[in-house]
Amino acid sequence: MDFNDTKDEANFRDEVNSWLSANADKKEHAKDIYRPAEMSGEGESGESSALKDAKAWQAKKYDAGWACLHWPKDYGGRDATPMERVIWGQEESKFKVPGGFFEIGQGMAGPVLMLYATEEQKKRYLPPMAKGEEIWCQLFSEPGAGSDLAGIKTKAELDGDTWTINGQKVWTSGAHYSDYGIIVTRSDFSAPKHKGLTYFFLDMKSPGVEVRPIKQITGGANFNEVYFTDVKIPDSQRLGEIGDGWKVSLTTLMNERLAVGDASGVDFQEIFELAKDQDFNGDTAISNGAVREKLADWYCEQSGLKYTKMRNISALSQGSTPGPEASITKIVSANKLQDIANYGMDLMDNASIARDEETAIFQGSLLGAPLIRIAGGTDEVLKNIIAEQVLGMPQDIRVDKNVPFNEIPTGSKN
Amino acid sequence: MNFNFSEDQLLMKEEVKKLLDKENSVKRNRNVLEGEEKFDKELWNQLVQMGLTATTIPEEYGGIGMGFLELCVIAEELGRGIAPVPFSSSVYLATTAILNSSNEDIKKEFLPKLASGEIIGTFAHSEKTTFPSESGISVAAKSGKITGKKVAVPDGDIANFALVSATSGKNKIGLYLVDLSADGVEIDSLETFDPSRSHADISFKNTPAQELSADAWEDIEKLLDQSAVLFAFEQVGGAEAAMNQAKDYAMGRYAFGRAIASFQAIKHKVADMYISLQLARSNCYYGAWALSNDAPELPTAAATARVSATKAFYECSKENIQTHGGMGATWEFDCHLFYRRARLLSSNIGSQGIWKDKLITSLEKSNSPT
Repeated sequence: MDFNDTKDEANFRDEVNSWLSANADKKEHAKDIYRPAEMSGEGESGESSALKDAKAWQAKKYDAGWACLHWPKDYGGRDATPMERVIWGQEESKFKVPGGFFEIGQGMAGPVLMLYATEEQKKRYLPPMAKGEEIWCQLFSEPGAGSDLAGIKTKAELDGDTWTINGQKVWTSGAHYSDYGIIVTRSDFSAPKHKGLTYFFLDMKSPGVEVRPIKQITGGANFNEVYFTDVKIPDSQRLGEIGDGWKVSLTTLMNERLAVGDASGVDFQEIFELAKDQDFNGDTAISNGAVREKLADWYCEQSGLKYTKMRNISALSQGSTPGPEASITKIVSANKLQDIANYGMDLMDNASIARDEETAIFQGSLLGAPLIRIAGGTDEVLKNIIAEQVLGMPQDIRVDKNVPFNEIPTGSKN
Repeated sequence: MNFNFSEDQLLMKEEVKKLLDKENSVKRNRNVLEGEEKFDKELWNQLVQMGLTATTIPEEYGGIGMGFLELCVIAEELGRGIAPVPFSSSVYLATTAILNSSNEDIKKEFLPKLASGEIIGTFAHSEKTTFPSESGISVAAKSGKITGKKVAVPDGDIANFALVSATSGKNKIGLYLVDLSADGVEIDSLETFDPSRSHADISFKNTPAQELSADAWEDIEKLLDQSAVLFAFEQVGGAEAAMNQAKDYAMGRYAFGRAIASFQAIKHKVADMYISLQLARSNCYYGAWALSNDAPELPTAAATARVSATKAFYECSKENIQTHGGMGATWEFDCHLFYRRARLLSSNIGSQGIWKDKLITSLEKSNSPT
């Protein structure tokens, strides 16, 4: 049992490191983050300069062969092994580099295109996606279809070889800066709900696409509503067969769950440091037994996730398939984030209400956590997945299975 | 990197599991729980014959010279089978304490007999009703003899000898080896919460004792850290068994016209068990790494493994009963055997509160917890 690189892994890590060292600044602390040179405030101007920097960094990586490492070279990748991809990620995270705009395209749209697009389309769309020149979003959820994704109602009608799309999507991350999107629609309302879906990709600049930001409880607006009014999509941009959109969607979602990792924000280190500094009944908080017990629980969760990830990486390094253990990551980390944020504010007592340098990260995490517990599969959906797909327990009995979609009650009745 | 057990170690794990399955270890637990015997001698002898008591003992002392990683996989299987044997006392604790010691005479005398199963050892540490701090030891050693009382010593009425913590003068705590058949030893078997594992109060009155070390508090802390990893593996084995029982029962139990395993209330319960189990297992692997490498991270890694495994076994064993409904709370069903064992293992070598405190103390010392 060891954490050592094999010889090949060590060589690859050296190669990665020497390129990164020559092209980026190393973090001084683990929690150092990249800040765009021009970014002073928040909001749109901050986002646009962050986007500009992220595109520049992605292009630099692409030109040197360090973008989408595990993709085939023909599509802009490096033909790297899964372990090499992990090593790249580990090393890049030690440098102050921008990111956060390309994950949905490269993590979800890319793999679907690789499976279902024509060779010509792959050559056209994948390299610019890898380079960060073109950004992609994912148009899945609707106001009446969240966890029950197959309940979508956005309508697709075929006339000749052109489809017309009408309806509304919601919770679309990055739709406002995306060039393309992957979308699942309903092409047959009289078929049972999983059978009448069809999947496409489309140009987000198409006439009839309207993007409206959603202001979240954090005050930020990373998500959007997207409205479709008579939007035309050529049949050549269909991915999978007509009526087979559910199967294609599942491929995408599988990749989403791999892409969503630890929740960012406060973690053990922050609450540990706070407890050392904070007064509590005339002593430091950390000398209180109740506080120590809480801290120990969170440390165990953080450590458990860290070594669960190590078990997976080890499987990759040994050339075997990682087990299903990582399915616990988002549930544990999002709930831990919420509870640590809440407890941190509790330790700071009434001073926690004021927004200052010390409270900001706890406040931000407390407000950000609810959406993390929901996005990319709610806690409840993820527990169903663990029970059904990992442990082999039966699916819930579904009253809407085998019923024509247009006879199923949907949405909110209040 | 290879953050996993080797193929040989996994093979060994499988062999131990096969033996415990074949011997119906869970049924044997019930027999000891309900009967007069203090442990299952037949099963113990089989484990001895398989060489398990000799695992970490070097060949020069009559052992087979394997390491702690092998002991970890054995521990997990003993936990899965809730085996009614004094393995943790004799192997995790007594054998490890002697291996750690530099007293060559004691090693030569005791290790071969521990390896061959000829004798059984234990560690007598608790006094009064709580796990002792350094200032809480009242058993006293003087001129090669000890006097005082240890309480609820695991396997205290089975073991041939005990390693006893005692004050050695000058405010130091020493560690002493005491033959439990010697003069001045009084052993009172206890009625316990989990009679599948025997416990006894032991009083010493001018009892002859061999000194392992007169200044042993750090050695004792280390011994506890080492054994905590092994206890944690045992707890993870038990937790996984309890989770699987809950799942299997839910799949076969029908109510409201369907398997109860198809209700989200049950699925989410079992998913929660799985989550706590995986966190504990991953922490245990890290503990195993630290233990087998005698790494400076051992105090943190051991406490982390111990705390999360204690939590996992408690959660899995109690929700296993809940999933079974009323039948889970009957004497006849096996659920309570795991529930009792979970509680027992949580108390042996110190409670959850003690280990959480140890964890934070060790993080404060190392000052680089992540």
